[in-house]
Amino acid sequence: MSSLTVSDVTLTFGGLHALSSVSMELKPGLVTSIIGPNGAGKTCILNCISGFYHPSKGEIHYNDHRLTRLSPHQVSKIGISRAFQNLELFRGLSVLDNLMLARHKNLQYNLLQAFVYWGKASRLEAENREHVEKVIDFMELEPYRQKVVGSLSYGVQKRVEVARALTLSPQVILLDEPMAGMNVEEKEDMVRFIFDLKNEWGLTVVLVEHDLGVVMDISDYIYVLDFGEIIGDGNVQQVASNPKVIEAYIGEE
Amino acid sequence: MENRDHLLEYSIPQLLRWRVRTSGKQTALREKDFGRWIPYSWDQYYEHTRKAGLGLREIGFGKEDKIALICDNIPEVLFVSIGAQALGGISAGIYQTTLPGEVAQILEHLDVSIVFCSDQEQVDKLVEVRDRVPRVKKVIYEDDRGMRGYKADPWFMHIQELYALGDKLHQQDPQLFETLVNEGGPDDVCHLCLTSGTTGLPKGAMMTHRNYINMGLQLTEVDPLEQTDEYVSFLPFAWIGEQMNSFGVAMATGIAINFPESVETAMADLKEIGPHFMFGAPRIYETIRSQIWLKIDESYRLNKLCYNYFMKIGEQAAHYRMTGKKMPIKLRLLSGVGDLLMFRPLVNQIGFRRLRRAYTGGAALGPELFTFYQAIGVNLKQIYGQTEITGIAYMHRDGDVRPDTVGKPLPKTQFRISEQGEILSRSDSVTKGFYKQPEKTEELLKDGWLHSGDAGYIDANGHLVVIDRVSDVMHNRQGEMFSPMFLENRLKFSPYIKEAVIFGNKQDYVTALINIDPIVVGKWAEDRGISFSTYMDLSTKPQVADLVYQEVEKINRNAEKEHFKIHRFAILYKLLDVDDGELTKTGKIRRKYVGEKYQDLYEALYDESIAEKEVEAFYQYQDGQTSTVKTTIRFYTMEEEK
Repeated sequence: MSSLTVSDVTLTFGGLHALSSVSMELKPGLVTSIIGPNGAGKTCILNCISGFYHPSKGEIHYNDHRLTRLSPHQVSKIGISRAFQNLELFRGLSVLDNLMLARHKNLQYNLLQAFVYWGKASRLEAENREHVEKVIDFMELEPYRQKVVGSLSYGVQKRVEVARALTLSPQVILLDEPMAGMNVEEKEDMVRFIFDLKNEWGLTVVLVEHDLGVVMDISDYIYVLDFGEIIGDGNVQQVASNPKVIEAYIGEE
Repeated sequence: MENRDHLLEYSIPQLLRWRVRTSGKQTALREKDFGRWIPYSWDQYYEHTRKAGLGLREIGFGKEDKIALICDNIPEVLFVSIGAQALGGISAGIYQTTLPGEVAQILEHLDVSIVFCSDQEQVDKLVEVRDRVPRVKKVIYEDDRGMRGYKADPWFMHIQELYALGDKLHQQDPQLFETLVNEGGPDDVCHLCLTSGTTGLPKGAMMTHRNYINMGLQLTEVDPLEQTDEYVSFLPFAWIGEQMNSFGVAMATGIAINFPESVETAMADLKEIGPHFMFGAPRIYETIRSQIWLKIDESYRLNKLCYNYFMKIGEQAAHYRMTGKKMPIKLRLLSGVGDLLMFRPLVNQIGFRRLRRAYTGGAALGPELFTFYQAIGVNLKQIYGQTEITGIAYMHRDGDVRPDTVGKPLPKTQFRISEQGEILSRSDSVTKGFYKQPEKTEELLKDGWLHSGDAGYIDANGHLVVIDRVSDVMHNRQGEMFSPMFLENRLKFSPYIKEAVIFGNKQDYVTALINIDPIVVGKWAEDRGISFSTYMDLSTKPQVADLVYQEVEKINRNAEKEHFKIHRFAILYKLLDVDDGELTKTGKIRRKYVGEKYQDLYEALYDESIAEKEVEAFYQYQDGQTSTVKTTIRFYTMEEEK
């Protein structure tokens, strides 16, 4: 497996430089965190990788694919999926339907086959359901399978959001603040899920998170952004002792 | 009915084999996994048991060795335990909520050599106490999630590896397992069942194959079950109530056991299966009723009207049904309409549509709960027994349900009341005694009778009435006797009161510490626009105190004797909890501990000059963090009614 590389990416909105010459290497099978103060451009990086924004300059590569100009659905086909900070779920549908719908791209049968629902259509549905059930088992969503998403607690909805990203069988998962707004117990669960994603499923995890305790606990590598620039990177110790990072977070004396 | 006495001559593994021969293709077990119900036939049940049994033999497990099970309800518990029993080994269940230190103590006491865990959560407990349990040779686990780090250590083994070992041995020696099964006899000890023990370390009751099978036979002698009936396994396996069904009833009758997907989904899974009978502690039935009430309350007006009307009819009909009397024709008609329009759809919503009988045991259940369930068409009956007599020795018969009694003894169960008023019983289901505790065994089985430790009497209808633990009965300063549990149950029958602790031993009057029910009182408060944040906050609301005051007043009005009346009470700021050591695993109050912990409240209850008191509540969270919160607790004195 090769890594996901972001090389010299600049993103501008008019005169505003959201990202300036950002380069990163997100190594396979590791948890890489991107941290930084509000407005530092963390989510912009994820948006560039997942194809929501196209960088004004620079390139993004994954394996042999050039992601720079791809649209989100093309990126997801390559094996990179994303869980959003602000939940992007169908609030009126059940958890199961949300997850099944995420695998819609795998359902390749036509209208007639769907009407008959025998043979190809039912087989494909069953295969997809089996896959979704594995994700439900992994994210421990069994009690909520048939519950309408809108009726669930925020912590559980976040879990559904991550599950939805997982149903696409990605190799890389981008998690945008999966722990925001959660209580301690829910955070502990989520940390365990992220650990297991890496260890059991061998996924590459890219984590944007504000809770530094969590980041320091689970990251293999950290990039620190401030005002669209990388001000530090390295493993946990290196980042924690980097004077620039301390300054960005705590301020100057 | 066919004579099934010959089943008593089998051990559990032999009976399993007999089931395979008579109905091998039929479904014996079903497990919900990945959202589907996966069936196991009796054939497959036996096959897995063989794999597990021979696998255990390969890792050095043999006759009279002990295997502990710390598991959720999964079919593998049965495969492994019956597999071990086939080798002449002894299984022992440990509650999943047991803390690591306690696990070590139990393993040590029971001389356990192999432990079977369901998942990493349980395995981690053993990792924590590994150096304290030198006898444990292997830890077998079912779910390998998160076990990656342990794979290199030979102390741990995945169940699939165990099966593979078993398969290999079976190929080498296809007759071996049969021979081993043949060697067992019905009087061998097969399981050590931990008794809840309100004090100190649990004791291991030595249960034999015959204990369980006899229990299953006698129970179904009274309430027959069909081979096609379904049962949902959701009680903890370490509790006799669950073993009684999987080892006893299922083996004796051939019903299918269904294992829910997870503890949280048990009630939803129950709805999917629609069992024909179920056992449960009173709490389950109380919770279900509260849910029905809440849902009806939120329902449309027409629904509410229908519910209220037919509930009255249902209650009248229940009265006839419980006493077995013939209903007047008009009532029969109306209750038929009620069943059709209201109650059948209602019980279908909770999965009780096919339920022929529901049993409650372990603690007392309010009389109005019996009426409630009988009214909606659920045949709820009381059972009574101890772990030491395989769970059930007494129960209500259909058409003879009296809420204040525990019914009549099962067939082939002798009973009498000792001179001290203690309930004594004798049957084939009585344990051989406690493991490694001959003095305790001597005490328990003095003169060949099982000493229950419960005080009771036989009423005019031949029903047994249980009063309280002989040792728990209290006397006030005037020497008048009362039972704290009896009074606590009175309080708990109020929907607003979840738990209560009665004091008054050697005092002038009776007092109570009360836990309000967070759901029911929470809803009550919401409906009245009383805002609250936490349980603690809710419990200190004066309106809530008024509500409880009225409930206590009601109870006092109905008190049989003057000294039963509760004179002072306080509402506790936290729920009594198993994790804080205030309740036993089966939800009974640890009286001594609670008394010591809330000593200052106790003193204030008996000092009428104190109206309120500042207390510091101490909390320990799951991750070990602690915090203290200050709150004011008020004490209320009941006014004498003129």
